[in-house]
Amino acid sequence: MVTFQEISPADFFYRNRDIAGFTNPSRAIFVSIRELVENSLDSADQMSVPPEVYVRLTEEDASTTTESGNGVYRLLIMDNGSGIAARHIPSAFGQVLFGSNYKLKQARGTFGLGGTMAILYGQITTHKPVLVKSSTGGSKVYEFKMMIDIQRNRPLILDRKTRRNKENWRGTIVEYSLEGDYYRAMSKILEYLKQTALLTPYADIKFVDPKGRLYMFNRVTTKMPPPPTETLTHPYGVDVETLQRIIRVTESRNLLDFMRKHFHRVGQGTSLSFLDFAGFIRTPDPKRLKPEAVARLVETNNKSKKFRKFFGRITEEQIKVGLKKAKSQDMIAFLKSIFPNVDRTIILRLLASSGLVRTKNPKKLKPPEIVKLVRMMKQYTDFLPPDASCLSPLGEDLLRAGILKELKPEFIAVSQRKPSTYAGHPFIVETAIAYGGDIPKKDDIVVYRFANKIPLLYDEASDVSIRVIRSINWRRYKVASGMPIAILVHLCSTKVPYKTVGKEFIADRPEVKVEILNGIREVARRLQTFLAKREHVAKEKKRLSVFAKYLPKIAQFSTDLAGKTEAPDIELLLKSVRKYETEGK
Amino acid sequence: MKRKESESSTKKKKDAVLNDLREFGGELYGQMEKGKFPWVEMPSRSTENIYYSPDVRQYILGEKSVKRHARNIRHIKPFTQMVWAGFFASELVKNRKTSTLRDVYYSAQAYEMTFKDQPESNNILTDLETATGFAREDFNVFPEERSALFGDLTIEYTVPGYEGKQLNMTSHPDGVMIGPSVVSAEFAKTGCDKVIAIEKGGLFTRFIEERVHEKFNALLVLTAGQAPRATRHFLNRLNTELDLPVYIFTDGDPWGMHIAMVIISGSANAAHLRGLTTPDAKWGGVYATDIVDYKLPTDPLTDVDIKRLHELEKDPRYTGDLWKREIKTFLKIKKKAEQEAFSRYGLTYIVDEYLPAKLEEMSAD
Ligand SMILES: Nc1ncnc2c1ncn2[C@@H]1O[C@H](COP(=O)(O)OP(=O)(O)OP(=O)(O)O)[C@@H](O)[C@H]1O
Ligand SMILES: [Mg+2]
Repeated sequence: MVTFQEISPADFFYRNRDIAGFTNPSRAIFVSIRELVENSLDSADQMSVPPEVYVRLTEEDASTTTESGNGVYRLLIMDNGSGIAARHIPSAFGQVLFGSNYKLKQARGTFGLGGTMAILYGQITTHKPVLVKSSTGGSKVYEFKMMIDIQRNRPLILDRKTRRNKENWRGTIVEYSLEGDYYRAMSKILEYLKQTALLTPYADIKFVDPKGRLYMFNRVTTKMPPPPTETLTHPYGVDVETLQRIIRVTESRNLLDFMRKHFHRVGQGTSLSFLDFAGFIRTPDPKRLKPEAVARLVETNNKSKKFRKFFGRITEEQIKVGLKKAKSQDMIAFLKSIFPNVDRTIILRLLASSGLVRTKNPKKLKPPEIVKLVRMMKQYTDFLPPDASCLSPLGEDLLRAGILKELKPEFIAVSQRKPSTYAGHPFIVETAIAYGGDIPKKDDIVVYRFANKIPLLYDEASDVSIRVIRSINWRRYKVASGMPIAILVHLCSTKVPYKTVGKEFIADRPEVKVEILNGIREVARRLQTFLAKREHVAKEKKRLSVFAKYLPKIAQFSTDLAGKTEAPDIELLLKSVRKYETEGK
Repeated sequence: MKRKESESSTKKKKDAVLNDLREFGGELYGQMEKGKFPWVEMPSRSTENIYYSPDVRQYILGEKSVKRHARNIRHIKPFTQMVWAGFFASELVKNRKTSTLRDVYYSAQAYEMTFKDQPESNNILTDLETATGFAREDFNVFPEERSALFGDLTIEYTVPGYEGKQLNMTSHPDGVMIGPSVVSAEFAKTGCDKVIAIEKGGLFTRFIEERVHEKFNALLVLTAGQAPRATRHFLNRLNTELDLPVYIFTDGDPWGMHIAMVIISGSANAAHLRGLTTPDAKWGGVYATDIVDYKLPTDPLTDVDIKRLHELEKDPRYTGDLWKREIKTFLKIKKKAEQEAFSRYGLTYIVDEYLPAKLEEMSAD
């Protein structure tokens, strides 16, 4: 007999922690730091305060070393972010899939999973509670000692303290123990922090490692990218689950209103046209149209200049005469028969304005209707594209500042592409290319990948950016193997097309791929100009040095040969070589 | 005894060389003084500008010339090297020092004028020859010596420490090396009335032993294979300054034949120079017809030999009847013979029978 057993989301992720990146002790320690740092940066970004993040990892005493032989560490992360309201603290850290990032705007966090998973991992490897201190800047600081009830996906509060916030502190401190292998994770962690500092040049990040070494990544600016504005879901990006969720909370009584209120860039006209296209519009039968309705229709038209432009003045007579002969069952077709030259959308608008359009109450939609509505949203081509105000790209100036700070290159080119969309999700690609400085000379170009300001360090080979870079004929841009070149690709989107929950690499979406390709090409062209100029300068230098080397010798030997005592003056000749060349190019 | 005819030809040559180099430097100096990039023009040595001149009876350069311009980034280095070579040559001549091509290659390094390799340095010296018209031997740059002479010729040295000293070329039974001091010496007097040039050292020694120089009143010159340029120039001087006819004896194969031809008509490589040929010199054998007439022991011609003969057939220097006849005979009999082959008739046969016959045959026409 088969038994079915319901498992909670926390239990599910506990059993499948590989998906979230907790594959092994070294990876786990890296992912833990990463998730918590990202939460901290997100919370400061939200407040538009330049982030200050302090991370400390200490080795707990040897007696606590686990059976598996890995070290047990204590991790502490402190930030100056928004803080968390006391009533949300337990859920934010003790419940998987609880998050403030479900609304549509760009943030590092997306799944409502990362921080909690990190704490969950600590709990299952050390059986110790987590300590969370937070204040939103009010008069109190809240302290929670808690564990996660994995089966129930519920926080288990062990202790709770409230203190006076004397220093007006705002921020969050998370502290807990976890098993891991820091020394194998070290290079990745440092690389992660360095790249984070690169793409967050307005953040101060400090890290104290188990040996007590302090790594400081200081900000070079306090300017922050403009915060993203929250937006509604775009119809193209909706799935059945999301639609049901919106229906559950909506206050709209009809679909016309529902579409307008809950979807991005959908107004009255678009809503009407779409619902008409999707077959969700009902109009009365002309034969049974009441005289008041006729009067309302006529009045609505005649009072509005906009409608009169299309229908001219209508008289009740005119409609009534028409009604007698009417064959059609609905008002749209009926009006179309009287006004064949007027567009269907205009007719719809007139009917809607006259209160003659009926749409269903969204809460009364049956499951097949919901599915149909979602399908039609994907098929309808006239939705306006989403705008990018919900995105928070870094911007060319900050990108440049970040790269200059971390790589100190000789040359740098940055580019921000125009917003674009894939499947209803707006996105912006930012690219940069840098040459020289601290960039290592490697056979392959060094690639820094970012998504919503998160450095992506694993699975590079599967990433779309790498594929794009490999597809480019770099020799055309004068790039040779062994040059110190780094390329940076930053993808911002309300929905980054990750292939896994582990946020490691980006899938091949044609729309995204094209933008990345064009972005890289643009900066590569500027690199080409730089390299060409460099090459020219080097050549020119060499050329001049050839003249400077040989001409004096010719003068000297000729003087000796000719039996003269004083060599001819060749300064002018040398100067002419220089002048001629600068004019030539 | 014949006295030398020209008055101190080596002294005159030295002055001419120095004068020419001074002019060369003066020209460049003048150009620079006028604020111009210096340049030189000289005949082109590219193959399409090398012609065989029946009048001059040697290869000469045509009308095409090349300009080497210090303004040109690709020219300035070889240009400088050439000016340096001129400077170096004038120092050698002035100080009466000799050197070799190898020396030149290394000496450049003292002036931060490092040559890429020996051929680059050799080529620059050839440029200087072309621009000035003098051979490198005139600049006191000599190859490794390997040729020698023996016979009644008294020379007067001009090299430092030996000036005015005279030496008769019979003083050493192995012969005297044709080195810088011999080449630069003046001819004092001679009792010879002909020159016999011999390809191989073995035969040269045999001739001395058999007293050919006395029996035939001849000055013996060993070319030791292809005659070095200094030796070719020396033969030219014997022929023109002392009026001595020159007879050449080589192995009976295309290579021997060509040794004689280069002494007579020169090589394409030296088309820019004069005085390295002796157009009136005569090849005495071993002919292909000698192989037949004297029934000499032979080796078959190899493929390479035959290929070479076909090349010579087309060579403009090989137009005379003798040459045509011998090439044809070689190709017909497909055999070759060395000079030593005469030994089958006894060691002295070549001196007693063959040589007199040949000398008579040659002086007749
Ligand atoms: N340092 C912090 N300051 C303020 N709020 C925080 C902080 N850390 C976590 N939170 C809150 O807790 C929520 C849950 O965090 P969690 O990391 O689990 O999910 P997420 O960041 O939304 O998504 P992701 O799974 O992609 O990380 C966040 O959405 C945020 O509201
Ligand atoms: Mg998170």
